[in-house]
Amino acid sequence: MKQLGLIIVIICGGLLLYATQDFPAWGDPTAPVHTHLSPHFITEGLHETGAPNLVTAVLADYRGYDTMFETVVVFCAGIACILLLRTFVQRTRGREYRHTPTGVVLHIQDPDKDLNNPREFELIDNMWVPHDLIIKTVSRMLIPFIQIFALYVVAHGDFSPGGGFQGGVIFGASLILLALSFDLRSSLRRISEKMLGILSALGVIIYSGIGIACMLLGGNFLDYGRLTAILPVDPDHIRAMGMLGVEIGVGFAVMAVMVIIYTNIASQGRHQQGL
Amino acid sequence: MPDLLTEIVNKYNYWLYIILMMIGLYAMIAKNNLIKKLVGMNIFQTAIILFFISMGYKDNATIPIIMGGHGGEAAHKTIEASQYINPLPHVLMLTAIVVSVATLGVALALIILIYQRYQTLEEDELRMRVKQK
Amino acid sequence: MHWPIDLIILTLVIFCAIAAISVKDLLSTAILFGAYSFMMCLLWANMGAVDVAFTEASVGAGVSSVFVIAAVFRTTRRTKD
Repeated sequence: MKQLGLIIVIICGGLLLYATQDFPAWGDPTAPVHTHLSPHFITEGLHETGAPNLVTAVLADYRGYDTMFETVVVFCAGIACILLLRTFVQRTRGREYRHTPTGVVLHIQDPDKDLNNPREFELIDNMWVPHDLIIKTVSRMLIPFIQIFALYVVAHGDFSPGGGFQGGVIFGASLILLALSFDLRSSLRRISEKMLGILSALGVIIYSGIGIACMLLGGNFLDYGRLTAILPVDPDHIRAMGMLGVEIGVGFAVMAVMVIIYTNIASQGRHQQGL
Repeated sequence: MPDLLTEIVNKYNYWLYIILMMIGLYAMIAKNNLIKKLVGMNIFQTAIILFFISMGYKDNATIPIIMGGHGGEAAHKTIEASQYINPLPHVLMLTAIVVSVATLGVALALIILIYQRYQTLEEDELRMRVKQK
Repeated sequence: MHWPIDLIILTLVIFCAIAAISVKDLLSTAILFGAYSFMMCLLWANMGAVDVAFTEASVGAGVSSVFVIAAVFRTTRRTKD
């Protein structure tokens, strides 16, 4: 199999290398890729949409339809992960708890009973490791700032590099940091599985809702110019506001899906212990 | 032969991108382990994204964020298309990156399920065990 | 754009890619994959694609590496190939 793979790779690579004779020189301003449509985006983009970041302007305004289906693809990946891995296991044995200040271990033998106040106790699993104080303290201080930075990236997508995806992934990464440094169960206590499912669907609904609202107000789908009827913004900036609303929807969907995929992979679908 | 050498020196970047793509393709075909196949798929995807992004570059042009656009003063000046690099490949490749991470998530979920069922991740052992079952 | 940076980082990227698929320990594959993603991000930032570099830094070198490490810990870490 390896020799066959090597032969295929050499033939394919040889054909591609032969095709590079026709490529234009790198960085040539008159290459065919810079004609037809992109000069229009560069010269008219700021004037028509009101966003200096041309990549966000093209992504959320000129090609907003592609971005909507990309959000749907991310949502479907989250649903596929839940459907593949999620199992609900019944508890058959009792559990063991450890009291953190004194170190006393409690063994509860009845599988149905549980503690009322789990704050001072930690559950001893199969892969139990003692949680480190330094990691806990540092991540407890860092996580709010990461989340504020994520909101900044989403809100400033029009003016600086950033946008909905990047901010959503950073927010999801902060929740993954919470699950890694503390416990998977403590992160699921903060934002439950049901809330994650609702948020991911809410992101897609916000995006297509803005599109349908534009259609109901008399224009085409995702024609942000028509939103002046319901938003008190002057017509110069209405397209930037529409882009901001759409990016917020994308941010919600991506954040929820990142956390869904992590909790299902790290706990093999059981949601009982993490890494 | 010197013709080939000048050719390589002029277009060295395309040759290196194609070598990277072929490394990814080789990993997908010839490796036995499923996670290495997945890493090869990701190498292939990012190499193609690299090729597209390199197409959008223009000499002596700056990043595609209009300078001075924040205060509204740039709306009155004319913007030259040759001052800013092409934003269109960047947009298409943003979508490609997000789709690749979604694919990676679903593929890893499938790998965990395969391991739970067959207790191995090597392709030849998997084939034997599937045949036995 | 500075072509020496481009050439050096491209060479490092190719070495990282070859190493990531050749090592026998799957955890090393995951870490090398994270390093490969980060160097791709540097390449794109060098070419002026700042949005794409931002996305790849957060997605590839952040979240994607964590997914692969989590999957390696839940399956097996050794491989014969």
